[in-house]
Amino acid sequence: MRELYARLKALYPLGELTEQRKNLAFVTVPAAHLRDTLLHLRDKEGFTHLVLLTAVDWLEEGQFQLTYLLNNRALACDLGLRVLIQRDTATMESIHDLWPTAATYQRELREMFGIDFPGSPRIEEEFILEGWNSIPPYRRDFDTLKYAQEAYAERPGRVTHDPETHMRLQMYPGQHPAGK
Amino acid sequence: MTTKPELMKRMVKGPDGLEFEVDPLRDYYCEAPPTVMPGAYIQIVEDFFNWARSKSLWILGFGTGCGAIEMRPLMTPRFDAYRFGVAWRPTPRQANLFIISGYLSTKTLKRAIRAYEQMQNPKYVIGLGSCTINGGMYWDSYNTIKKLDEYLPVDLYIAGCMPRPEALLAGFEEMKKIIRTGKAEGANQYAENFAWYKANQKRVIHDWDMPDYNW
Amino acid sequence: MLDIFPPDRTQYPAKKADGTLDIDLTSGKYLKLWQGPNHPGITGNMSVELTVCGDEVVEGKTHVGYLHRGFEKLMERRTFIQVFPIVCRVCVPEPDFNEYCYAACVEELAGIEVPEMAKWIRAMILEMGRINSYMMYLGGQAGALGQGVIGQWTTYVRDLMLDRFEELTGARIYHMFILPGGVRDTLPDGFAGRMEETLCEVEKTLKDVYDVMFCNAVFKKRTVGMGVIDPSWLEPYGVTGPNARAAGVAKDVRKDSPYLIYDQLDFEPVTGQNSDIYTRADVRRRDVWVSVDLIRQILAKMPKSGAVMAPLPNVLHWQIPRGETYVRGECSRGEYGYYLVTDGSGYPRRINVRGPSYTHAMALLERMIVGCNISDVAALMVSLHTYPPEIER
Repeated sequence: MRELYARLKALYPLGELTEQRKNLAFVTVPAAHLRDTLLHLRDKEGFTHLVLLTAVDWLEEGQFQLTYLLNNRALACDLGLRVLIQRDTATMESIHDLWPTAATYQRELREMFGIDFPGSPRIEEEFILEGWNSIPPYRRDFDTLKYAQEAYAERPGRVTHDPETHMRLQMYPGQHPAGK
Repeated sequence: MTTKPELMKRMVKGPDGLEFEVDPLRDYYCEAPPTVMPGAYIQIVEDFFNWARSKSLWILGFGTGCGAIEMRPLMTPRFDAYRFGVAWRPTPRQANLFIISGYLSTKTLKRAIRAYEQMQNPKYVIGLGSCTINGGMYWDSYNTIKKLDEYLPVDLYIAGCMPRPEALLAGFEEMKKIIRTGKAEGANQYAENFAWYKANQKRVIHDWDMPDYNW
Repeated sequence: MLDIFPPDRTQYPAKKADGTLDIDLTSGKYLKLWQGPNHPGITGNMSVELTVCGDEVVEGKTHVGYLHRGFEKLMERRTFIQVFPIVCRVCVPEPDFNEYCYAACVEELAGIEVPEMAKWIRAMILEMGRINSYMMYLGGQAGALGQGVIGQWTTYVRDLMLDRFEELTGARIYHMFILPGGVRDTLPDGFAGRMEETLCEVEKTLKDVYDVMFCNAVFKKRTVGMGVIDPSWLEPYGVTGPNARAAGVAKDVRKDSPYLIYDQLDFEPVTGQNSDIYTRADVRRRDVWVSVDLIRQILAKMPKSGAVMAPLPNVLHWQIPRGETYVRGECSRGEYGYYLVTDGSGYPRRINVRGPSYTHAMALLERMIVGCNISDVAALMVSLHTYPPEIER
């Protein structure tokens, strides 16, 4: 993994390498160099299997992190490429011509996070949701409980126990629930 | 409301060269609202009908959620629901019992309503699993309905996550009792409170692109 | 195979400049046909929008989302231990893989060492789930071609296996047995003997299934040479599991990067050559034999006693430092994985489920479905062995 990182580092301006396990590492790539890096990894280094493409919403930093996880079966190692893009202008280059299956992931990201991938096939079509009328649901600022309470009729009588208070009452009966 | 291209009115040229107009929303659906089906003239005949109805529950094989996985064991030798007169049918036209097997996302709800309306009278609905009763595990989900009887007239709920096949068999027996006593009036309730059901359904389904009633 | 009625390809739609097909619905040549969601020949609750010319499919689009519950969002609202009861609901026929992958992710980020005994029990549960899932598949594959009896037999055997699950975990479908730190309990007394009986029953049924299904002339005629996955599609479309192994590539996570105790077991990934529907079904049938053998090996080699649960911190205040990881396993359909991101709080920042059906049922199916007959669509779709809930979660 270290040698691979050294080889890549000589070619592209990469961030620090985070080694999670001995066969899994994550590295940050600038958005402009993502395509070249992916092509290099796919054609020269044998990372031919796109495992997943997903996004993480770092709301506090105002960024989306896109993760492209690639797998090299011969070496049994995985490399995750992290790409940080701005949250308010969430647009990314499409890689559906490198891996056709990426088009599906991009459709999902477009719908669930509102990240646009211009040129990806059927990107405009609805994928999972139908007639969605709120902000994309996987964004951190979307409150699913509030939405559910407003949108759907609920049956009265549902009780929710806070686990901590409930356990305290179970273990120390008679004590005041707040019991600090 | 935007109409999808395949639902728009258009001229179609048939294989024999004739041109004709197709208006999917009018041609493929029937707009007549449902009516209340009165009982038989004499009570004893109605009782006989109910007895007969209770002996043949034909289920629509539409697995709407995870509860559908327990249908297979029910159809096969271990539990064998066929011996109770319960059979599975592939199309709504031949079925009279609709088992909502678990949570309904809004996208499936739209299809479930269509399937329900396509079924022939008398028809019954069983809600299977906690998620049809009050949302169950998905109580805070943005995409599943929480209370099935707002949208479809439910005759019986079977609780559990997920209910065992034995619970379903007990549920079928209970359903038969309800039918035999003449209390399974779901289809008539639906016709009577049609406006209320439709208003509830349309509040949840945002892209309503079909007529109100279609069968 | 002999093509008696070659399709009239002059009627076929031309391609437009942007790569999409020029399908003019008003021309009367094409028909739009929806297969699913309420259709017996569909795997679960999904649908395929077919555009047909005659009875040949010229375009197919998969539509999913009927089972979307927003798990990845719900998980962000729950503490690490509260996530555990809902992960298994992601995939109904084989829930244990979700539990294992999630537990392994959490253990890795929180630095928990799983006891040896728990690893063996986990591996056994995963193999039992694999047999269940394959049994569902064999019944479905035969049912899609009109052989209802196979489904009756395999579902019966699956019920016997569910009995073992019930004995071990107390539940038929959602076991919730593998949890972060280990497993809930040890094996009950005499479990190995009763497991052996069940395995004998599985073997007996497999022999019958081979005789009735795989030697059946009708089944062969309709599946040999049908729905071929070209080996060059494997990498671009992310094909894994039996679908890839049927194309001659021995892709098996259990062998490629062994997890749990698979490096101590003796087995060879099953591969096929022809990559058609028949080969895919055959690979899965032989894979059941491998699983049966693996369970026997596990029960023989397993330590006789030991802790099954590592000590956990107070789960009500359990916080995991910032990090991200990906854990994969080989489920009955291919590579199953969880991608977990934590941010130092008591809640996961993001969980992404990588289901094998995601790639198989969307891009691959849309590519393969072009050119096949309407009557073969069901068999083709079942042969990819997809479960829609893991596509949309």
